[in-house]
Amino acid sequence: MATLSVCQPQLGGFSFENCKRNAVLEAEVTKLGCNIPSARKTGTTICGVVFKDGIVLGADTRATEGMIVADKNCSKIHYISPNIYCCGAGTAADTEMTTQIISSNLELHSLSTSRLPRVATANRMLKQMLFRYQGHIGAALVLGGVDCNGPHLYSIYPHGSTDKLPYVTMGSGSLAAMAVFEDRYKQDMEEEDAKRLVRDAIAAGIFNDLGSGSNIDLCVITKGRVDYLRPHDMANKKGVRLIRPVYAYKQGTTGVLTKSVIKLDLEVVEETVQTMDTS
Amino acid sequence: MKICLKIVSGHFYGDNGKMKEYHYTGPVEHRFSPYSFNGGTVLAVAGEDFAIVASDTRLSEGYSIHSRDSPKCYKLTNTTVIGCSGFHGDCLTLTKIIDARLKMYKHSNNKSMTSGAIAAMLSTILYGRRFFPYYVYNIIGGLDEEGKGAVYSFDPVGSYQRDTYKAGGSASAMLQPLLDNQIGFKNMEGVQHLPLNQEKAVQLVKDVFISAAERDVYTGDALRICIVTKEGIKEETVPLRKD
Repeated sequence: MATLSVCQPQLGGFSFENCKRNAVLEAEVTKLGCNIPSARKTGTTICGVVFKDGIVLGADTRATEGMIVADKNCSKIHYISPNIYCCGAGTAADTEMTTQIISSNLELHSLSTSRLPRVATANRMLKQMLFRYQGHIGAALVLGGVDCNGPHLYSIYPHGSTDKLPYVTMGSGSLAAMAVFEDRYKQDMEEEDAKRLVRDAIAAGIFNDLGSGSNIDLCVITKGRVDYLRPHDMANKKGVRLIRPVYAYKQGTTGVLTKSVIKLDLEVVEETVQTMDTS
Repeated sequence: MKICLKIVSGHFYGDNGKMKEYHYTGPVEHRFSPYSFNGGTVLAVAGEDFAIVASDTRLSEGYSIHSRDSPKCYKLTNTTVIGCSGFHGDCLTLTKIIDARLKMYKHSNNKSMTSGAIAAMLSTILYGRRFFPYYVYNIIGGLDEEGKGAVYSFDPVGSYQRDTYKAGGSASAMLQPLLDNQIGFKNMEGVQHLPLNQEKAVQLVKDVFISAAERDVYTGDALRICIVTKEGIKEETVPLRKD
């Protein structure tokens, strides 16, 4: 029977074929006097909770590079399938690519079985992939969804272990968020109470953990409905500068040494405008 | 206490590239570090007849916050304020030592120390600990003997110089280029070199810290501004991002 997973060959053993190539690249780059770029971590607060009718997942939106904020509004809740979403903490590229790979494989699997995918399937695929890489893929995930057997919530660690629990937190702000959960979690909460609890847990991570910040994203999954609330709560607005117009430069502030104009014969086919954040 | 280090797995071979060892198993020697980094940013600007020393008020360690209300500006005399950021333990000890030396000077010379004299003294205090430094980035802001604004910036072992403006601490690399452009008029052509007045300087300091708090995780919570003029020292507090 043909293999359903397109990206991973199902061979035995560990595949470290890129390590030799990486070592060669690193040696070349060091000879030139530069460093290879380091992996960007998300330094995050993510959490999930099971309530009466489904799952609420929450995440902050700050991505850090060292102790500098690289992205003030990144999206940490990733799509896996129409009824399953996954929050990711750890190395940003790892969480992004891992969830995309599993989402793709799960769609093929779902088409093959003609059924809505189950959360346990996504969990099994993620843990088997992460274990295969022995923790080198730095992805700590909170996986949640609603399938034919009801709502399910899993936490998945970079080395491949998983826990199936009613409430989980991951990331550098996990302790702050777990403190809120341990105080106020109850079984079979209503949707609004669950959303408020997750919002408060992420807010605790945002304000007390330096690796987390900016806004709170929520994802509410119930049978037949997904509410992807981004942003659910703009807990931190950008500070308003006082001298706003004076920071703009007049034309001619940057000295021009030479100027040459070359006319090109072009016709405009399509024009689109993408605005920059110049606030 | 020496611990024997044993490397169990061998090197992976490499013809043109040397492989890193990925599996180190064995005892690792951990050393106690007497320093820790508590974050914080300080900034000082000198004007014609005033000086401004500003700092954020967040005290952090690792990923946690110790305090949201720990300003890093300390008043030394009626005409001098010092901003200290880095290792908070050394900041406290250093300011205590400076206060004691100021008192001693006052008692033996019957006058207060001038800003220039304090700067020179601080340089010798810091160099006295050349081989176990105070992990503190200092910036002194005040009025000199003629009543003009003066800023003196230091490195942890006592090298110092007089400046017009200087940023120090965790977000210094973000603030300094902006000050170079707005106060020093660097990298601009055809712009009038207007002298800096007090209101514009205070607004600029507030804006610059609002921007630093956006991108530096160690800077935030609140901003404390000390404005030094011949009338005395005025303090102002402005809230910043708390995340």
